[in-house]
Amino acid sequence: MPDPIDRTIFGELQDSAGADFVVELVGTFFEEAPRMIADLRSALAAGDGERFRRAAHSLKTNAHTFGATVLGAQARGLELGGLPSDASGIDALQSLYDSAAAALQELTRG
Amino acid sequence: MAERGARLLVADDNKVNRLLLARSLTLQGHQVASAENGRIALEMLRGGGFDLLLLDMEMPEMDGFQVLEQLAADTALRDVPVIVTSSLEGITHVVRCIELGADDYLHKPVNPVLLKARIGSSLEKKRLRDQQKALVERFATSAVAADLQQGGFALGGRRVQATVMFCDIRGFTGIVESQGPEETIELLNTWYTLMFEAITSQGGVVNQMIGDGLMAIFGAPLPVADPPLAAVRAALDMIEMIGLLNAERAAEGKTALAIGIGIATGEVIAGYTGTQERATYTCVGDTVNLAARLEAHTKQAGRGILMDAATQAALDGRVRTEALGDVELKGKAKPVAVHAVTAG
Repeated sequence: MPDPIDRTIFGELQDSAGADFVVELVGTFFEEAPRMIADLRSALAAGDGERFRRAAHSLKTNAHTFGATVLGAQARGLELGGLPSDASGIDALQSLYDSAAAALQELTRG
Repeated sequence: MAERGARLLVADDNKVNRLLLARSLTLQGHQVASAENGRIALEMLRGGGFDLLLLDMEMPEMDGFQVLEQLAADTALRDVPVIVTSSLEGITHVVRCIELGADDYLHKPVNPVLLKARIGSSLEKKRLRDQQKALVERFATSAVAADLQQGGFALGGRRVQATVMFCDIRGFTGIVESQGPEETIELLNTWYTLMFEAITSQGGVVNQMIGDGLMAIFGAPLPVADPPLAAVRAALDMIEMIGLLNAERAAEGKTALAIGIGIATGEVIAGYTGTQERATYTCVGDTVNLAARLEAHTKQAGRGILMDAATQAALDGRVRTEALGDVELKGKAKPVAVHAVTAG
């Protein structure tokens, strides 16, 4: 299994924005990302393709910010793939998020 | 140093993006404010004081495309540089943003070095534009400058319905001979300042200054609700201001100034004349000649403000006038009906 976080990208983020700030930013991501995933589920349930695409788009952008490239790629697939027929793609995204979040947690532990 | 300490607005609905962009920009020495959707961003921009907008495209309530459209339609905001920051895929989005007036497009996640370079270049472009605007405004009037900024510059005329005014200082040669050159230039500057104020506050445009005289147009290049009334009101203000100036001059033991004003209304051919390098906004046609002749006639008539029949009729009794009968004017085949504003 590949590293959920690209250390080079994450290191660059720390260098340019400051390590302390990145801790805060990761905290914000931990608040926002579960909402986006919940949004994906409710958009799917409501058959709202536009809302689904937007939520996937947001998650993709944030994942790439932290170097969570595998999570970003999965989110991109959802963004560009249209409204799926079932929740399997979201479930896969959720597990990728969990491992990315665990790795980020580790990386930002003071 | 143009990129230091600018006031920037970040519009992005995504909190992580917003915080990170604001952080990068703050570290680059700028002051940063944020908006979480396009509607709020527009409100903040209209509040004034921002040098540049960083705009996300996908936002609730009002998206980036709508913001760009609104900015382009707003003369006060159209010059605010916009850098789009987006992770929308496909070149068509980029093209659309540029077409709508965005200065630049940065893909997210935004590279801080690239961001710094693009902001520096956009702010520098804005500084040059502002400089150019200030220069145009100094040598033209703000109405002409606005017309130029809106329509661009093209030599060529169009027919417009307008009111033309000529004004000059009576007996100026005598005044020049009685005082030093510095005093004469100072007097002219004071006089022009007062006349410009009276004319522009009624929506007129001073388009020529010739020694001790000037020509103004009401109704072109920008429309005025009621050009004849605006011109006559401006003329009355001008006479009043000369009265105030004379009171000051009398206190200093100086001779009083007298001005003559001629006003005519009708079709004029308005446009930029000259060459591509040097041009002026002007109006030509019978109406212009008539206004000049009426101004010249104020001396013989012993009146401050004279106008043609078209101007008088358009006033519709809102300013008291007196018919002076038909007068032979130089350059006119037939006698012309002349009206004077009744003093007081």
